[in-house]
Amino acid sequence: MDDRPTVLPKMFSDWFRSRGWSARPHQLAVLEKAQAGLDVLLISPTGGGKTLAGFLPSLVELSATRQRDGIHTLYVSPLKALAVDIARNLEAPVSEMGLPVRVETRTGDTPHSRRKRQREKPPDILITTPEQVSLLIADAGAAHMLKDLRAVVLDELHSLVTSKRGVLLSLALSRVQSLAPRTRRIGLSATVADPDALRAWLTPQRGERDLAALVLGTAGAQPQISILKSAERVPWSGHMTRYAIPDVYEAIKRARMTLVFVNTRAQAEMTFQALWSANEDHLPIALHHGSLDVAQRRKVEAAMAQGKLRAVVCTSTLDLGIDWGDVDLVIHVGAPKGSSRLLQRIGRSNHRLDEPSQALLVPSNRFEVLECEAARQAAAEGAQDTEYPSVLKLDVLAQHIMGRACAAPFHPDQLYGEVTTAWTYRNLTRADFDRAIEFVTNGGYALKAYERYAKLKPWGQGELRLAHPRLAQQYRLNMGTIVEEEMLKVRLAHIRKRLGKRLVTGGRVLGEMEEWFLSQLSTGDTFLFGGEVLRFEGLDEFGALASRSQGADPAIPSYAGGKFPLSTYLAGRVREMLADPKAWPALPAQVRDWLSVQRWKSIIPTPRQMLIETFPRAQRHYMVCYPFEGRLAHQTLGMLLTRRLERSGAQPMGFVASEYALVVWTLRDLSLMISTGRLNLAQLFGEDMLGDDLDAWLAESNLMKRTFRNAAIIAGLIERRWPGKEKTQRQMTVNSDLVYDVLRRHEPTHILLRAAWDDAADGLIDVHRLGALLKRIRGQIVHRALDTVSPLAVPVMLEIGKESVYGEADDALLAEAEDELIDEAMRLV
Amino acid sequence: MSRETSIALGGIDLLPDLAGALYVPDFDALLVADLHLEKASSLARRGAHLPPYDTRATLELLSFSLAAARPKRLILLGDSFHDEEAHLRIDPADVAELARLTRGIDLIWLAGNHDPSPPRALGGHFAGEIALGPITLRHIPGSLSEGECEIAGHLHPAAALAQRGRSLRRKCFVGHARRIVMPAYGSFTGGLSVSAEPFQAIFPDGDFTVWMIGGKAIHRFPSRRIS
Repeated sequence: MDDRPTVLPKMFSDWFRSRGWSARPHQLAVLEKAQAGLDVLLISPTGGGKTLAGFLPSLVELSATRQRDGIHTLYVSPLKALAVDIARNLEAPVSEMGLPVRVETRTGDTPHSRRKRQREKPPDILITTPEQVSLLIADAGAAHMLKDLRAVVLDELHSLVTSKRGVLLSLALSRVQSLAPRTRRIGLSATVADPDALRAWLTPQRGERDLAALVLGTAGAQPQISILKSAERVPWSGHMTRYAIPDVYEAIKRARMTLVFVNTRAQAEMTFQALWSANEDHLPIALHHGSLDVAQRRKVEAAMAQGKLRAVVCTSTLDLGIDWGDVDLVIHVGAPKGSSRLLQRIGRSNHRLDEPSQALLVPSNRFEVLECEAARQAAAEGAQDTEYPSVLKLDVLAQHIMGRACAAPFHPDQLYGEVTTAWTYRNLTRADFDRAIEFVTNGGYALKAYERYAKLKPWGQGELRLAHPRLAQQYRLNMGTIVEEEMLKVRLAHIRKRLGKRLVTGGRVLGEMEEWFLSQLSTGDTFLFGGEVLRFEGLDEFGALASRSQGADPAIPSYAGGKFPLSTYLAGRVREMLADPKAWPALPAQVRDWLSVQRWKSIIPTPRQMLIETFPRAQRHYMVCYPFEGRLAHQTLGMLLTRRLERSGAQPMGFVASEYALVVWTLRDLSLMISTGRLNLAQLFGEDMLGDDLDAWLAESNLMKRTFRNAAIIAGLIERRWPGKEKTQRQMTVNSDLVYDVLRRHEPTHILLRAAWDDAADGLIDVHRLGALLKRIRGQIVHRALDTVSPLAVPVMLEIGKESVYGEADDALLAEAEDELIDEAMRLV
Repeated sequence: MSRETSIALGGIDLLPDLAGALYVPDFDALLVADLHLEKASSLARRGAHLPPYDTRATLELLSFSLAAARPKRLILLGDSFHDEEAHLRIDPADVAELARLTRGIDLIWLAGNHDPSPPRALGGHFAGEIALGPITLRHIPGSLSEGECEIAGHLHPAAALAQRGRSLRRKCFVGHARRIVMPAYGSFTGGLSVSAEPFQAIFPDGDFTVWMIGGKAIHRFPSRRIS
């Protein structure tokens, strides 16, 4: 391989010229660095020939070599739907230059026969997904297939590294590096907040801090972002943005092809339905979200690519990927929650770098007006607020260890050395590693009950091997880090009348919905799905049955809150904008008025302060605070505050959290308690809240149980549910909530509880962010006792009643349901 | 318990507790069903290494139920053990704990489908089914003869209802004037919805009552209120 070319070979520059192109500077820079044997991170805005930049070094190298066997390049894409498209795009240069290169794909959908052929006669370039890389290295033939590997290309690296998928991939790559030490890596990424973290992620860590070489693509033209200035009244609260539908429809009419991004599936359904009823011109508008049937989604994508659509309402399912169609406008309905997310979504339009992308933001309520303005300004400055890469997940490590054992016996010392070359596990202690090995072997319990059922057995000189080949099969079925909510299929119901009885049978599959949502419906309830109002007809052993409803308004809202919390960065900007009246002229008049009245009736806090308002209203006393830290952190805060208020005798009755604020209501007069010193706000919001109170709450928290379930499935303690096999599986498994309760009581330091806690602290209960808040507001709490509700408090007050009350007080709800029946019975007497 | 709950069956009062046991004052007997002891170690044989503390946790519950009722006899309505080899795997400490808990108490094991012949080494009496006055106790709900009442287990009843947009699901007792099915008592036992097919077979007109087990009280609902 010493005769490697050092520049772009003539064959390639001719090819570029034949297409009327020339190689871009960043493509050549990547080639040059790769030829020098370096790992390279290419950061570039969407488009700009990034995929080709990733392939170019491999194609050049392959064009000069003959007689290979084994895979030369692994190209890893986060979406399996993309693999086929990428392979197709690669066909042009390969066939036009007549390169002796065989390109194949391998995803979860690849038939067994083709996998077998790939094992016998590996392609030069294999385009695949992160999970498939883990499966590849868990195969006994991995060493053979990868022995000639030279390159790994990681597409959309910025999106991969923030999830457990990325963490698992990083471990798989550490194994790949051992099997094929000469492999170099190329990462392709959108712009991120901390490029150095990504550079370190990408390259094996052997010294102090090894970084991949960095290549920056040329920045595109500034996007033109505007915020919808509707003549309609901007609502005080809510997320459904109905008021703006006529304006959104007009914008769609003016554009060629529009992507309408929303944050949740429920918003997608609502927006789509509202647009459809406004669609007097019969424009082809489609819907795309993760719960729709796959075939349906593929149909929408194909129609986009063929230019047959004028607009697609979509969720994050269209965040990534190659260009489906010639999008010239991106509309964001609802606040984008982060500057980087906005920039990436805008990047979906207009892939010509020299022309500015067009975007329109549509706030769904008044606070979102502030947030959209903050996001617009941040995006204009190019400020990034991407999440830091996810690291050191113990459940993912357990899965990797099992996969490693499936391939061949291993020595723990060797494996520890290998996984710690992954930047994500550079701080893994040997003690934790050994605990993970114990967990995989026999569950890792203090009570050594399962020695004789061990999954790993001693072998040779201190090595461990798989106890039974059946375990490898189990691993293949259960591996992966994406744990779906428990979903049920929704099928169209056929209803026939026979002998006066209604017979309901299932027909075509419409898609899937969360089990928790469907389980609370009664026959006859109506809800939105797939852009239609459906009537719930019941459950059968295959899932839910629903018929088309004649009614226009669904009775059951399925809004379950935003998926993404407001980024810390954007929250800071919103607080600053709020505090600075000089920034207000950028806001619409009705929002300016709202803030002015707030200044007059209460105060506007400075960016560092946190305002707390207390006021009475209809027999109750309210406390509203404005931390701007996102709904998850506020929920946790609400949970802990109510515990503390209970202890201080304020008799809290409930709370509701929004993205921006939190309201708690009590029976006792809070203003009075504060003025007489019975309640000390500094103490109430003290950082010690995260000690015993948090512990006590977590013991019974449903959020913690959900997090535990995910960790237990990823670590391999609990098997995934497979559609159609639920019945046989039910006898094999135990509900994860029961496992959590018993484990927490009898072995609270178990590795899986630690893994679940780590996840929850960043995720569903967002303790890290709450901790940062409590620190930030120390000595910075301002309190106003008011006679009545303030303008700033109105939005969160309006959420009361739409949300379930008092967090998780299920027992109170059961008692309430029982009392209602008793009342009803008494009335009838 | 904040609310006193009692269930009447065949003229006899039954007092349910929050762990899922039934106390029958007229016979000074405590009834429990479906303990499924050693379920975790049973699954561990196939590679699912669930926490090996389920037996311990179940016995802990049993100690609360016994302490509250102080009965003269304890009747286990079958599936006390998850499989027929469970007694070979059970921790000696747990066996000792069971012996301690049932000292001076008449212990009666009924046969279940998981444990058709419960281990003799643990003492007590054995039977397929027995009668408490007009009430037959058996594991699997059977067909009732004229005037017969029944308390059974086996089905692991659970009920869900929706309140304020939230679905609340709990283990429950379920029954009508002549039959009660008890919830599974074991710490690793799941629940089967009372709207599932096996319950339609024993309550064919769909008219029954559930007593859902909350954290602080037992809540009674008619079947029409259950989702």
